[in-house]
Amino acid sequence: MVKEIERVGIPVVHMCTITPISLTVGANRIIPTIAIPYPLGNPALTPEDEYALRYKLVDAAIKAFSVDIDKQTVFEF
Amino acid sequence: MAFRVVHYINQFFANVGGEEMAHIAPELREGKVGPGMAFETAWKGEAVIVNTIVCGDSYFAEHEKDAKEQVVAWVKEINPDMFIAGPAFNAGRYGYACANIALEVKTQLGIPVLTGMYEENPGADLKDKILITPTANSAAGMRKAAPTMAKLALKLMKGEVLGASCEEGYMPNGIRVNFFEKERGAKRAVKMLINKINGKAFTTEFPMPNFDRVEPGKAIPDMSKVVLGLATSGGIVSKGNPDHIEASSASHYGEYDIEGWDALTAEGWETAHGGYDPVYANENPNRVMPIDVLRQMEKEGKIGKLHRYFYSTVGNGTAVASSRKFAEEYAQKMLKAGVQACIMTST
Repeated sequence: MVKEIERVGIPVVHMCTITPISLTVGANRIIPTIAIPYPLGNPALTPEDEYALRYKLVDAAIKAFSVDIDKQTVFEF
Repeated sequence: MAFRVVHYINQFFANVGGEEMAHIAPELREGKVGPGMAFETAWKGEAVIVNTIVCGDSYFAEHEKDAKEQVVAWVKEINPDMFIAGPAFNAGRYGYACANIALEVKTQLGIPVLTGMYEENPGADLKDKILITPTANSAAGMRKAAPTMAKLALKLMKGEVLGASCEEGYMPNGIRVNFFEKERGAKRAVKMLINKINGKAFTTEFPMPNFDRVEPGKAIPDMSKVVLGLATSGGIVSKGNPDHIEASSASHYGEYDIEGWDALTAEGWETAHGGYDPVYANENPNRVMPIDVLRQMEKEGKIGKLHRYFYSTVGNGTAVASSRKFAEEYAQKMLKAGVQACIMTST
């Protein structure tokens, strides 16, 4: 799905936990996330900390849009 | 008594002529013609070609209905044990004709049929409906194709149970056949690995689908004016799953309006995904579709604004072809709505 969106000229950041799959299917900007059932959260944290974690992850995704890349890139942060 | 076979070939293999003779209507000949010889050699008298039908490739393409009627009428009258077409190698119209005439004979008369062609021949699209032996892409592959097809044909005529496609020499047709490998899995895997490391040929037992590549989209230096789209394969849907997105092998996607939502709540949203423990996503759907933090970023001016709708499906055993179709469609919707960047989340 990421490719079909990117194909029409809309850059995509893929946020996912299993980055090897994302690389295999061909996502170009990839942000690794926390876990399969809660990619953008962590139920073990307090609601405030969990929100902060999610904010940090999505912020990384927003920043990834501004980075020029010429090949598939997994952004570590 | 020997089994009786009718063989279908085109004008070229019948030595009638090339493209200039491709218009000829079907004709019925006695005995074997051209490549039929190779089959009979391999059968060693167990089966014979009683008749050969020769038809021009253009004729078949342009008069498919008439050609099929004529060929089926002849085959019905001859009443053979089997019908073989080709092999067609990489000849497109010939491959199309072979596959379609074989399917017609099988459907109308119920006798076993077999053809052969190169895997990329358009006729090979019918490999789930009729048996097709994979061949090389030119007639130089006849020497290899003929014995494989002949052996497979004989099995079919004898009514023997077929083994797996890789053993019998037909294109995988979606039907799984159990068989015992001579060596155990660990040994085969190690052999494969050693061959791979040494740069030698090896055959995978689990071919991966071919994924194409798309050039990375251009960087967006300033996100503060951008309309951001959202999509997920994590199955987040309105509470009650009004679009009935399937828990696995999804056949469609949903479009969800987030106008007025500052965060996704457990009361309003849930996941339809059947491939992961849904407890966490149902408890707080922002864990999969992070509307809460994105609304804050909208207020802070980190992004321009969120597109009014997000697109969601269940990526659980869902076919690659289906996913492609979903995204092709909603990417157009995003484009029309002026979306300039998109975050996709996956579980």
